[in-house]
Amino acid sequence: MHNEHVQEHFNNRNVTEIDSNYYMVDIAPYPTDGWGKFKRVLKRALRGELFVGLWVVLREMIRFDIHTVKYPEEKMPIGPRYRAVHEMKRLWESDTERCIGCGLCEKICISNCIRIDTKLDENSRKEVSEYSINLGRCIFCGYCAEVCPELAITHGGEYENASDQREHFLTFGDMLTPLDQMKAGTQVEFEGFGAITPHEDERVKKTPLAY
Amino acid sequence: METAYFVETIIKIVVILLIFSALAGIGTYFERKVLAFMQRRLGPVNVGPFGLLQVAADGIKLFTKEDIVPTNVVGRIFKIAPVITAATAFMAAAAIPFLPSFTIFGYEVHPIVADINIGILYILGIMGVGLYGPLLGGMASANKFSLLSAARGAAIFISYEVITGLSILAPVMMVGSLSLIDFNEYQAGGITDWILWSQPVAFVLFWIAAFAETGRTPFHLIANDHEIIDGFGTEYSGMRWGLFFIGEYANMFFISFVMALIFLGGYGDGSFLGALGLLGKVAFFFFFFLWTRAAWPDVRPDQLMWLCWKVLMPIAMINIVITAIVMM
Ligand code: SF4
Ligand code: SF4
Repeated sequence: MHNEHVQEHFNNRNVTEIDSNYYMVDIAPYPTDGWGKFKRVLKRALRGELFVGLWVVLREMIRFDIHTVKYPEEKMPIGPRYRAVHEMKRLWESDTERCIGCGLCEKICISNCIRIDTKLDENSRKEVSEYSINLGRCIFCGYCAEVCPELAITHGGEYENASDQREHFLTFGDMLTPLDQMKAGTQVEFEGFGAITPHEDERVKKTPLAY
Repeated sequence: METAYFVETIIKIVVILLIFSALAGIGTYFERKVLAFMQRRLGPVNVGPFGLLQVAADGIKLFTKEDIVPTNVVGRIFKIAPVITAATAFMAAAAIPFLPSFTIFGYEVHPIVADINIGILYILGIMGVGLYGPLLGGMASANKFSLLSAARGAAIFISYEVITGLSILAPVMMVGSLSLIDFNEYQAGGITDWILWSQPVAFVLFWIAAFAETGRTPFHLIANDHEIIDGFGTEYSGMRWGLFFIGEYANMFFISFVMALIFLGGYGDGSFLGALGLLGKVAFFFFFFLWTRAAWPDVRPDQLMWLCWKVLMPIAMINIVITAIVMM
């Protein structure tokens, strides 16, 4: 039912019926003879359209309704799904890093800018020993965040990443949520690409564990 | 006496050069601010209080930029062209009385470099010569777009010289002199004496032509923004480009002075109030240049020519004939 409706909308390209705010612009026929052109000039000249333009800009100047954002001091809010510099999340329960070193992000990265190396730690568990992203190459496509099975690597909101060199590396430690932030419980989950949808819990069905 | 006159003239020239070079800079500041406010922006705000020092920053930038003379340009002409624009703009200022005469330390100063009896003719002529700046600059640049813009600019300039001359002829017939001081004396009796009331058509025509003469927005065809290429100035950099800029803004100020003096009574009776009045009128004309830039679109070159030759010129001729008949 829902899909049908979408289909209907998609095929009907007549915007006037969907949104009545649209209307056809009234285009007067183009004058062909000299007399017609002369009349049009006279009409345009005497109707004072030029003065309407002058008045509009003067009115805006007097109203002084300035829309400038003074960028370094003021910033526009960005959406929660904004794909900027990556972040590495920690587990809420134990504050350990979520990344299991599976290497899927390195594999999928289409601009080949992730480098990951793992080793076995003292408990014979896999541990990330090296992890870096070359932001100079990253195109912020979001594939790494989407593919990550642990919701470990995500995008963040930090977009001011100008650098004085082309190769601008981000290491595991840089991206990891700081521990004090974890303690304060302020780690922000990424809502975009690859993240679980808000009501995922309700949709998950319990899997029986035994016959 | 001769030496005193000589020294006085030199001082006047230096003062005018300094003031109007600085005004050209401040003019760009006002232009940005006014355009910004009209488009709901803030304009320059970061350098100095209210961004006032932006002008200085621009000046430093222009002066210290590398001066590039590209290969294939006609070197000498390329280098002299911006000087022509700036120099002619300031030369035209020689015959403009900027303020009523005043006394300082018991010495009477006439704020006009040379009260020649053909003042208006001289001003219009020199402003006409200013055309050679863009024209030569564009032709010497070895760049097609520069050349096109120069050609366009030249065509418009020459056409609108006709309007300027013809529209001003009627007031000249009424006053019987070409000196701007005589024009001022003619209208010294107050607001009712202004030539604006007796020659409204000539005033509007001259005003329209002033936009073409200075290359301002409805007729901004010399440096054509629509091509995303800065017309004849494309190949210029640093202070050479800056000279074109100073010339353009100085021209705007001077033509505002001329309009105020010819049609709006100038400085009136020569009192302090009259002087303020003159500056106010000039400020209004300058503001109007900026205002139209925010409000109006540019016209096409062919529309501009059409307007000049088929509309404005016949009106100017009719105006002259009617003036002559009334005067007889
Ligand atoms: S966002 Fe895309 S390009 Fe950037 S690291 Fe992730 S997968 Fe690679
Ligand atoms: S960030 Fe995610 S995808 Fe990349 S190695 Fe760690 S767990 Fe695997």
